[in-house]
Amino acid sequence: MQQKTPEAPSGVSRRAFLRGVGASGVATGLLTVGFPDELQAATDPNAPIGPGEIKIKLSINGEDREVSVEPRTTLLDALRNRLDITGAKKVCDRATCGACTVMRDGRPIYACTALAIDSQGSKITTIEGLGNPEKLSPVQAAFVHNDAQQCGFCTPGFVVACTAMLQKHSSPTPEQVRLGLGGNLCRCGTYAGIKEAVIEAGTKMGAKS
Amino acid sequence: MTSINWPPADKRKLIGKRIDRVDGPKKSSGAAKYSLDINRPEMLYGKILGSPIARGMLKSLDTSKAEALAGVEAIHVMKKVGDPINWAGEEIVALAATTEEIATEAIKLIKAEYDRTPPQMDDTDPAKGEGQKRERTDGMPDQGFKDAAFTSEGRYGAACITHCCLEPHGQVSAWTESGMKVWPSTQSVSGVAAQLTAASKLDASKIEVDCQNMGGGFGSKFGPGAVGAVGVELSKKAKRPVKLLLERDMELEIAGNRPSAYADIKVACDKEGKVTAWDSKSWGSSGVGNWGAPPLPYVFQFANRSTSSQGIKVNRGPVQAWRAPGHPQRCLITMSALEDLAAKAGVDALEFYLKNLDAAPENLRSTYAEELEIAAKLIDYKAKAHKRGDTTTGPIKRGLGISLHTWGGAGHASACNVTINPDGSVAVNIGTQDLGVGTRTCLGIVVGETLGLPLEAIEVNIGRNSYPADGASGGSTTIGGISSSSRRAAVAALDQLLKKVADELKITPDKLEAADGKIREVEHPDKSISWKDACKLLGQNSITEQGKHTAGPRTELTNSGVGGVQIADVSVDIETGIVKMNEIVAVQDCGLIIDLKTAESQVYGALIMGVTYALFEEAIYDPQTGRMLNPDMEFYRLAGLSDVGKLRVHMMTGDKYESRGVIGLGEPPVITPGAAISNAVANAIGVRVPTIPLTADRVLKALHSGGVA
Repeated sequence: MQQKTPEAPSGVSRRAFLRGVGASGVATGLLTVGFPDELQAATDPNAPIGPGEIKIKLSINGEDREVSVEPRTTLLDALRNRLDITGAKKVCDRATCGACTVMRDGRPIYACTALAIDSQGSKITTIEGLGNPEKLSPVQAAFVHNDAQQCGFCTPGFVVACTAMLQKHSSPTPEQVRLGLGGNLCRCGTYAGIKEAVIEAGTKMGAKS
Repeated sequence: MTSINWPPADKRKLIGKRIDRVDGPKKSSGAAKYSLDINRPEMLYGKILGSPIARGMLKSLDTSKAEALAGVEAIHVMKKVGDPINWAGEEIVALAATTEEIATEAIKLIKAEYDRTPPQMDDTDPAKGEGQKRERTDGMPDQGFKDAAFTSEGRYGAACITHCCLEPHGQVSAWTESGMKVWPSTQSVSGVAAQLTAASKLDASKIEVDCQNMGGGFGSKFGPGAVGAVGVELSKKAKRPVKLLLERDMELEIAGNRPSAYADIKVACDKEGKVTAWDSKSWGSSGVGNWGAPPLPYVFQFANRSTSSQGIKVNRGPVQAWRAPGHPQRCLITMSALEDLAAKAGVDALEFYLKNLDAAPENLRSTYAEELEIAAKLIDYKAKAHKRGDTTTGPIKRGLGISLHTWGGAGHASACNVTINPDGSVAVNIGTQDLGVGTRTCLGIVVGETLGLPLEAIEVNIGRNSYPADGASGGSTTIGGISSSSRRAAVAALDQLLKKVADELKITPDKLEAADGKIREVEHPDKSISWKDACKLLGQNSITEQGKHTAGPRTELTNSGVGGVQIADVSVDIETGIVKMNEIVAVQDCGLIIDLKTAESQVYGALIMGVTYALFEEAIYDPQTGRMLNPDMEFYRLAGLSDVGKLRVHMMTGDKYESRGVIGLGEPPVITPGAAISNAVANAIGVRVPTIPLTADRVLKALHSGGVA
């Protein structure tokens, strides 16, 4: 089953984010999707899964991917270590910095604090699913044009969070930007460019919709 | 022959323009691969056990349970029983396992016992100073204090902070048929191999280094360090690739920090506000090493001054160079003391700095004067400035603070190859690194400009030690080094091509130039052949020329010594002690700018980093155990997007600045924000908050001693 993250008043604040993470964390024992032969526990919802690896199926960027994970494997580690999808970065590893942000069913989440097995049955979109160097999404292009990146390590997380925010509010108020991007941190100091990128991309996305 | 000198402003097509960084699309789409992203077949995941004690000795060590865990493929003991321990987090054992989860579990199975000695953690008490005391007296400070109309005394300081690189320290290490390949997160691509020979027992020439992207260094990633070396050891033992980069807590606890610095200052001026004497006693700690304390005063070398400084040893991890080593602390202490004196003398801070510019380095006096004027105009200083202490009613107090800085920024030694191929393609190969500052882009701009080609026509290859060696990226030395070596290489390669074309046209090469994708006659620009046709004349042979830059303060292309001014505008809530940034203005000189867009980004980034260390950042250590209490990003706070206020950047351009040549920019603008913000807070609340970061508790404590509350 899929726990829904409580709605934030506008965008997704980090606090709402954390509540969501906590709620989905308890769903482990209730899994009923996946591979019945691998997941014998599925017949008995109270039986433990693991501790060894199990095969699960994840929908990532529109593709079904089979991956072997331990029950404790985070969505981020499943992506990075087991599927070689490395755009989402591991930085704080405890839901503070947002470098691991991906979308689950259209909502931004911290992949470092979500379990891979909890993400079955959901549509996961990573930075790679938004565009590529030859065909950038409006947000990605705006990040380039406004130099909203330096070392670039936080950039994928910001781009995903920004995309999710702009999908909801194409011309966000400063308060909506604060809430929507307040869960991401940058060390090089690219916020000036990011603020400009938000305006540019929002204008483009608003014009399209 | 083509002139080595930079083309004049009216001829520049790329240099100094606002140009998007060339690796931007890869970074913003997640396609850019960093060391942490490198996955290899059969790769193992490494973890390190750090010491839980800050001082003492390793008493016993038992790794048998970890070794027995299925999936653990290699263990390397980094400390022997009986070895001393000098800081918390010091590496004890490293291991590598088939999955990250197993590696984490295995670390927990290691049993280590310690003999603990109480650590020395207090770096705020000057009585704890040890080692060489550096003392110096110039002029007649005693007389200067006697002659003064106003004297101000105070204690100022900056707490220890860390680098907090988002990509941690470490590397992927893999054995190859011919030796070893490593993917380090590094500021020194050309310097890594020589530092891994001991661990690998290989000649440096057998170690291949590849770093295409790195997630932040700020001075802390010059060498592979213990984490890189042990990654090599594990890989050697397991005969499999090993990914070993620090976890966040160890990254914050042991991967480098910026020394603390404190000082007792006495400074005096005459009735007009001209400083007559300076006296400083400074101290601080660079951890277990003792580097002393940074010299004072900063920028202003007053004629009458006496200074003494001494270091304090504390049991925390070793310092690493932190963006502009020593300067932010020196700047904070000096400018805070000066604005306190100005306030006491009743002289406006801007006037005060202008009056005392004759104590600043001679070559920067007119720069500072111009920059102060521009900064004041940008922030509307005249309308907003008030005497110390905002006397308006209500709990929100507003204030302005000024500061200024200097930095060298001469280019490091650099070698670069430029190749022109018969098909017209051009490649730049150089063993440098791009820390996110735009090095790739600047190489493309310099070579494109020199060859009269658009940026897209230049293939820039960096990040491998198989390319000509370039220096480490530190101290704002990269842009000087790489712009000079690439310009020289491109000019030499172009001259070879011009010779071919000249032979064909039966004229002399000096009559030809490269511009707008053509080789044309200087006197008759309409007489030209396309770049591609010119390159066809090479037949089957490419041209490769190497350009070299020799480190030094001045060449015909580069220079050193910049000045910058910043003014901060803050609001302080005197009921909660919370400081809010309204605006900060930076006016910066850096000689000739190669890419205006990425140069401005450097300054914006420095301002944000400055707001962070001024208001939030502090490595807090438990005095009892010596452990860092906030080794995570929840409590080791970085400024978020909404914390930084309005930012304005003005780059000094025009012939006066550009004719000096290229000068580094990474460090200078990060030096000043701490001082400017501290001064702004003092101006707002009427009392100095002595140490940064200016956290709510420190602001409230200062308000208890006076001010507007």
